[in-house]
Amino acid sequence: MTERTIAVDYLARVEGEGALKVRIDGRTVRDVELRIFEPPRFFEAFLRGRACTEAPDITARICGICPVAYQMSSCHAIERALGVRVDGALRDLRRVLYCGEWIESHALHIYLLHAPDFLGYPDAIRLAKDHPELVRQGLALKKAGNDLLNVLGGREIHPINVRVGGFYRLPTDEELARLTTTLREAVDLAEATVRLTAGLSFPDVEEPYEFVALRHPEEYPMNEGRLVSSAGVDLDPADFEREFVEEQVPYSHALQCVHRGAGSYHVGPLARYNLNADRLTPRAAAAARAAGLGREVRNPYRSIVVRAVEVVLACEEALRLLERYRAPAAASVPLPERFAGGDGAAITEAPRGILYHRYRLAPDLLIEEAKIVPPTSQNQKRIEDDLRHVVERSLDLDDAALATACEKAVRNYDPCISCATHFLRLDIARS
Amino acid sequence: MPRSPKPRLGVFKFASCDGCQLSLLDCEDELLAVAGAVEIANFREASSAVADGPYDLALVEGSLTTEHDIALAKEIRESSRFVVAIGACATAGGIQALRNFGDVAAFARAVYARPEYIATLGTSVPISAHIAVDYELRGCPINKLQLLEVISAYLAERAPNVPSESVCVECKRRGTVCVVVARGVPCLGPVTHTGCGALCPSYARGCYGCYGPQDSPNTPALVRRLEQLGMAPPEVVRVFRTFNAGAPAFRAAGDAAERPRAAPETATP
Repeated sequence: MTERTIAVDYLARVEGEGALKVRIDGRTVRDVELRIFEPPRFFEAFLRGRACTEAPDITARICGICPVAYQMSSCHAIERALGVRVDGALRDLRRVLYCGEWIESHALHIYLLHAPDFLGYPDAIRLAKDHPELVRQGLALKKAGNDLLNVLGGREIHPINVRVGGFYRLPTDEELARLTTTLREAVDLAEATVRLTAGLSFPDVEEPYEFVALRHPEEYPMNEGRLVSSAGVDLDPADFEREFVEEQVPYSHALQCVHRGAGSYHVGPLARYNLNADRLTPRAAAAARAAGLGREVRNPYRSIVVRAVEVVLACEEALRLLERYRAPAAASVPLPERFAGGDGAAITEAPRGILYHRYRLAPDLLIEEAKIVPPTSQNQKRIEDDLRHVVERSLDLDDAALATACEKAVRNYDPCISCATHFLRLDIARS
Repeated sequence: MPRSPKPRLGVFKFASCDGCQLSLLDCEDELLAVAGAVEIANFREASSAVADGPYDLALVEGSLTTEHDIALAKEIRESSRFVVAIGACATAGGIQALRNFGDVAAFARAVYARPEYIATLGTSVPISAHIAVDYELRGCPINKLQLLEVISAYLAERAPNVPSESVCVECKRRGTVCVVVARGVPCLGPVTHTGCGALCPSYARGCYGCYGPQDSPNTPALVRRLEQLGMAPPEVVRVFRTFNAGAPAFRAAGDAAERPRAAPETATP
């Protein structure tokens, strides 16, 4: 038998870099390894001994694509430890900020990273040569999300206005009026994005995913809710580590998270949609119906349509919240003056899926222990399972085409490799 | 190295959060114009069409933390005419340079059950620690407008117009009420390099040093003020040990605050 090895140096159009190794024996796929070479940055180690009030600024630096997710999960976890509750208009503003990150991150992925796969281009720049209006539409939508981040967060990457207890400064009426105008235009762009993505052609594939996402009694989940799964999990986010466990594999610098006794699971837009379709906002629900999305979507390639539906939702939701906004008395809730020490954990929905943070705090408010489980660590094992199926279905492709098929399957997850990985290199060994 | 007719751009990443290279994609109004002015030859976050060097302009994000990355940085240097380090990781080692103050093996044990699988060095250092860098653009994250200025200056064959004054000066120019004077909020503005637009004071918080030290920072004077405002020495250490902890002036200020007060300041090595 002949052995063939293919090396694709990097997986492109994902945030960060990693490698992939596939071993094929005849017509049997032996091993699929998502290999992660992101140099470890040890955030959980150097959070020890820092003030808990520093956690939102420090953990934001884990990811330049979804810093708000890190700020939100760290704030909520620490507030739970401190017994602080952020409600009303401050809670609404946090949700609007999160909407901004969803819009920005999803528009980036849909137009600049993912659409080129379906339309046959290596990138959005070359796509723009043939379809300039399409790329301009995507950039305008992305900019609308960044406008929300700029006003409420101070800047789009590593916002400076988020603190444990709320914000440093409240937005002015003038700033909010400007955002409302931007968002009204953005909803239309988002609906056009759903139509655009619904018109793409998708491989006819369904996977038996266990979907895991937050679920809230009234709203599509972002900042809070129970943690639920399509296999019946239903728990408080503080109990996450009872059901889900991180494992270390020798070929990767990212810990892989699995559901105890069940294996891989799927987090992100598809999981949120499947578990929360009844919580979509009116125009998002209508757009999903018009796009032909059923009650259940198990085709990973259709994640691009679901992402677009979530952009409609985020625009609508931000508009609704800004319309009812009345400035609260203070920009933040005060932290307790006396604290006995204790633990707090929280999960929020990053654009790519659930992001778990847990902190143990000393009475002097210093962090004694921190644990962070990013969405891409959780999807890693599931990505490997998807890749195994892609390779099994595509054994007759030549190595280059097979490598491309694998890369596309990885991009369905919009992996944030900075959160979890570095250097994706594809080696296929056939014997 | 001769300059190509349409300059070839390479964008590279080491240990980092991806935020600084994202800044280029965040230039929503200018991205297509930039793409028209340069050939994007190697930008893996944005394109699967990757061309080999030589590159005219290399933007390098991230700090060097592994032998492999050091070798790769040397390759980038050899194949690039002009190398720009972008962001606090690339110019000062980033927040991951906090390992330089601790025991990296203990850090690995804190995060990973099997630390022997982890390949990393004991320190996180800026790109300039291992290769010659032609220009450093500060910030965590960088300011995207300054990035456009660096690219434009390169295309026009002139020096970038990026101010090096303190955040304090920019803050005064903006007309923001001083958070230290008016409200007693600790602020690193007097010693921090400008570039963010003096953002934090305009949001009613003190500067926390994202852009690292300005060229001639008087950190002892600021430390005295921070102490007057009620900061204990461990807090002073922490404010200098964040995203630019490895920048010499911030490192010295943090180390000085960490030394026991009773001990005399000596110059012995």
